[in-house]
Amino acid sequence: MVNRNAVGKSGDTFEMLVERGKIREFARATWSTNPSYLEDPSPVSEPTFLTTMILWEDPSCDPWHEVAMDQERGLHAEQEFVFYGPPPRAGTRLHARSTISDVFEKQGRRGGTMTFAVMVTDFHDDDGVLVAQSKMTGVETSRPPEEQP
Amino acid sequence: MTDIVRYQGASGDMNAIHHDEAFAQGAGFPSPLALGMMQAGMLATWATNWLGAEQIRRFRVRFVEQVWPGDTLSCSGVVEREYEDAGERRVDVELVCSRQTGGVAVLGWATFVVEGNGESS
Repeated sequence: MVNRNAVGKSGDTFEMLVERGKIREFARATWSTNPSYLEDPSPVSEPTFLTTMILWEDPSCDPWHEVAMDQERGLHAEQEFVFYGPPPRAGTRLHARSTISDVFEKQGRRGGTMTFAVMVTDFHDDDGVLVAQSKMTGVETSRPPEEQP
Repeated sequence: MTDIVRYQGASGDMNAIHHDEAFAQGAGFPSPLALGMMQAGMLATWATNWLGAEQIRRFRVRFVEQVWPGDTLSCSGVVEREYEDAGERRVDVELVCSRQTGGVAVLGWATFVVEGNGESS
């Protein structure tokens, strides 16, 4: 059962360094051979690179546990990244903070209630400028996810 | 499977359901399944090859069907809209990552700046 009181809960701010080697590794892992990632000495990061923030977080930085979604019935529904300019480049130090921004319900097409929760992470640079935002939407279905071989 | 393991290492998401057969079967799946974020990353690769790594301003995905080891994925996209925003020329595109069955694995929407608007920093 999802906890509606999680809305507004934030984690501690954490630091994330955008590194060239990590950008290169991430390009390889997402089948990119784009020279913008592999050859530029100061490459931008990939559109989904900020997902690697989990390597920088302590448990105290991640408020998702407040949602208390059932892990057996929880799924990643949507993910969004917004950039207020080119994506953060190698060498950028980001200051990130995650907040649970919404919890809402929808009726599933095949019956049953789906409960969605949204976590927004804001990424500021050293000058305090908001450079990127990540929005993760999770869903808890009223039944375990079906097998789809 | 190797692609999945490599993506897991790169992303930091080491959930065992994506590489440990016994664990995945214990959770009711026939085998480990791919990470939605891996398909999303591949769709982003396809989109940035098309419209530029530095030009992207928004990337959103919805996870639809699960993806399994051995699946073949293909990506496609179409321009939905071209417009001016804050003095920049932008395009909104709709993206699809499909499985070999024709089923949609990931739907995506992205915004790119086009026509070289001062991307020089």
